[in-house]
Amino acid sequence: MSCIEQMKYRLYLERTSFKEAREYIEKNCKEVYYVDPGYKIFKDYYIIGVPPVAMGVRGSEVLFTYVKPCHGTFVMGVDSEEEIARLRENEEKKIKKSLKGSERDKAEAKAAPMSFSEMYRN
Amino acid sequence: MSEGKSALLVMGCPEVPVQMSMVIYLTHKLKKAGWDVTVAGTNAAVKLLKVADPESYYVQKMVDLDRLIADVVEKKIDFDVCFAFMHSDAGMTYGATFSAISKARLFAVVFGKNAEALGESIDYPAEKIVAVATHNPAPLKVKIDKVAL
Repeated sequence: MSCIEQMKYRLYLERTSFKEAREYIEKNCKEVYYVDPGYKIFKDYYIIGVPPVAMGVRGSEVLFTYVKPCHGTFVMGVDSEEEIARLRENEEKKIKKSLKGSERDKAEAKAAPMSFSEMYRN
Repeated sequence: MSEGKSALLVMGCPEVPVQMSMVIYLTHKLKKAGWDVTVAGTNAAVKLLKVADPESYYVQKMVDLDRLIADVVEKKIDFDVCFAFMHSDAGMTYGATFSAISKARLFAVVFGKNAEALGESIDYPAEKIVAVATHNPAPLKVKIDKVAL
């Protein structure tokens, strides 16, 4: 059993499908972050899910999906400033990474186009 | 040819009878072919397996599913092939997780009354073995026997 079941949590959806659980988070949280399956939260819970795995932030609460093989998917909420900060930090890293990528694309686009003679030289 | 290769069998919720039968059958078959086999499952599934195979004649390596997922994510262990058994949305979700975290060649073994619809809903990289089977393992066994490793 994961440590989550011993934490103080709120249940927003029970025994539903993963897709419905993801949609609930997307519709009910102002901030939504997407993580890969296996993303670790709290001490020992690795999120089970079909990508994209949504996690939501609502006030001081983080909402996430919790899958139990015999019972389906649950949407749980736990107050955790620490997890919220980690989600925001990861998102910032992703944005920085994609910005670096687009800067590289721009630089490549700025490079002088190859002339036809160079293209047919080989 | 399979010497030294590792296989993982992931059990879903054990409420559909064919799962346990096929897990024992497939473990035996893979072991005979030289595979190193590990079976992962929930507490309930592992208990059923331990009672059915008290001296670990068929299954030597049994592990807790959540513990195993942690180890795969942390890159402490991985496998060459993975058979994820599923008959529900939750099982399908576990399969998606293995598809994302493991480098193993993944087989989604889909069974139960709604096997066809569930099989169609799988849109992650996996080779599908789908059979409408609940009590009678024969349709699933026929399809598993056709898998070439």
